Amino acid sequence: MGMTFAEKIFARKTGRQAVKAGEIVFCKPDRILMHDNAAAITDKVLKDLTEFGLADPEQVVIVLDHTVPAVDEKTATGHKRIREFVQKYGIKRFFDIGTGVCHQVMVEKRLVLPGMVVVGSDSHTCSYGAVNAFATGIDRTEAAALLLTGETWFKVPESIRIFLKGRLQELVTAKDLILTIIGKIGADGADYCSVEFWGDVGHLTLDDRFTIANMGVEMGAKNAVFPVDEITKGFLGAIGIERKEWQDVWADGDAVYRQELTFEMDKVVPVVATPHKVDNCKPAGELKDVEVQQCLIGTCTNGRASDFGLAAEIIGKRKVSPKTRLLLLPASKSELEKALDAGDIQTLVEAGGVLLPPGCGPCLGAHQGVLAPGERCISTANRNFRGRMGCRDAEIYLASPATVAASALTGRITDPREVM
Amino acid sequence: MRVWFYGDDINTDMLFPGKYTYTCSKPEEIKPHLLEDLDPEFAKAVQPGDIIIAGRNFGCGSSREQPVVGLKAVGVAAVIAKSFARIFYRAGINQGLLLIEAPDAVEFYQPGMAVELDAAAGIIRIGEREFSFPKPPPEILGIVEAGGLLEFTRKRLRERAVKR
Repeated sequence: MGMTFAEKIFARKTGRQAVKAGEIVFCKPDRILMHDNAAAITDKVLKDLTEFGLADPEQVVIVLDHTVPAVDEKTATGHKRIREFVQKYGIKRFFDIGTGVCHQVMVEKRLVLPGMVVVGSDSHTCSYGAVNAFATGIDRTEAAALLLTGETWFKVPESIRIFLKGRLQELVTAKDLILTIIGKIGADGADYCSVEFWGDVGHLTLDDRFTIANMGVEMGAKNAVFPVDEITKGFLGAIGIERKEWQDVWADGDAVYRQELTFEMDKVVPVVATPHKVDNCKPAGELKDVEVQQCLIGTCTNGRASDFGLAAEIIGKRKVSPKTRLLLLPASKSELEKALDAGDIQTLVEAGGVLLPPGCGPCLGAHQGVLAPGERCISTANRNFRGRMGCRDAEIYLASPATVAASALTGRITDPREVM
Repeated sequence: MRVWFYGDDINTDMLFPGKYTYTCSKPEEIKPHLLEDLDPEFAKAVQPGDIIIAGRNFGCGSSREQPVVGLKAVGVAAVIAKSFARIFYRAGINQGLLLIEAPDAVEFYQPGMAVELDAAAGIIRIGEREFSFPKPPPEILGIVEAGGLLEFTRKRLRERAVKR
């Protein structure tokens, strides 16, 4: 009997012929990602590190991104302690403030390759399924233990196979597709599962796949993954990775799945996740009476040059409505540079957009773009939980960069096809 | 002992707001903000031995472990839910906080009913009814019995050092 992607990758990692969903296996992840939370993580094991040492400095990646630049003395002190730790233990894979959101940095700095197992103390670590990695979130304590041992346990997940058919229509994006999928499956529909994307994935760019895999955790998935094809190879080649450096993995045709679903991409329309759950999805066209005081384009979900390009195309020479404000939050310095080269940041800033430094910014509600009571924000981020953007009595709507750009023009939730 | 009863999809931002994530890590700092955006009464009134009963997908959202660390620190005896989000469930194991998946028990529970928990026997008594829940697999039990993942890890590393 065939194996799923998850079964195959853990069979390889444990040197076995076969493993089955439900088994518990121990293995050494190829990478352990931490970010600003590395201060709290290393604090847990400071004494132990002196006694036992760091298992493998090559395994560790730290990216400062969550509260950058530092917000106050406490966060500044956290950053300082992380820089000292990096020095002391010879962590080469350290990226200081301004490099970008950890997930984008992991992929663009060549730290994640097809067929790798990656864990990170951030729930959106699942993003690297875009490049065929088994990537999943862990907590701080587990990251701390991994610093000491280098290995951890995994319950081999059951899998869900999603067939994608056809292609997305103009001004309908990968974000609309994944919100549609989450709306259908539900916030817990893929709990504990590995989600595999099959079918016409050749119509999806690497950026599209990143957006989709990033939001896997919003349907409860352990990981969400795409096969390696010409698009993946093109991306890897462009960032200087040679073919011999990776070995991709994909499921057998006769593997066993908990569930199989099909989505017709041609039928997807611009959708919006309404407060306060990611699976509360409605067509954007049904929400045109909803006024928004803040519009956010960016984060690890949709802060790439292609997202700013789409937004700039929609806004053109027009201005952001005086009834709202537009924040621009690039996923990384490299994506910011690409968007600058294309002239899209200039277009968006001239329209009234406010450029924030690459990082997580308002997405987690710690600083930069926190909402006031009674305010509504339409955002390209991945979560609309109550209180998420720093205020319990505010509302967050999630949408594609096209829908957010269109909404910035009108000051109310707007289907992008209505303003083009 | 008091039962705190909540619905489906209780997420990590409700359990511990993201705005404190990089300023509060220690149990004492976490406690006053526990469930702040869900139920402000909780942090004021929770007592050791209390139980949380909730619906599906408890703990969805961030990899933020403060909710688990905080619930353990205030002495919550167990969270009984229809299901848990994955990272949260793992965090429960890692902190030695008892998380029980018992959809039938949650379905049966009505506010005001008496609840008793016999963790060793794997039994929840609600009113006149008993619900059993399975013990975790042996690989996981080792972590819980050691008092959490860090203690378990230290134990293993010391054993390894002795062998060498």
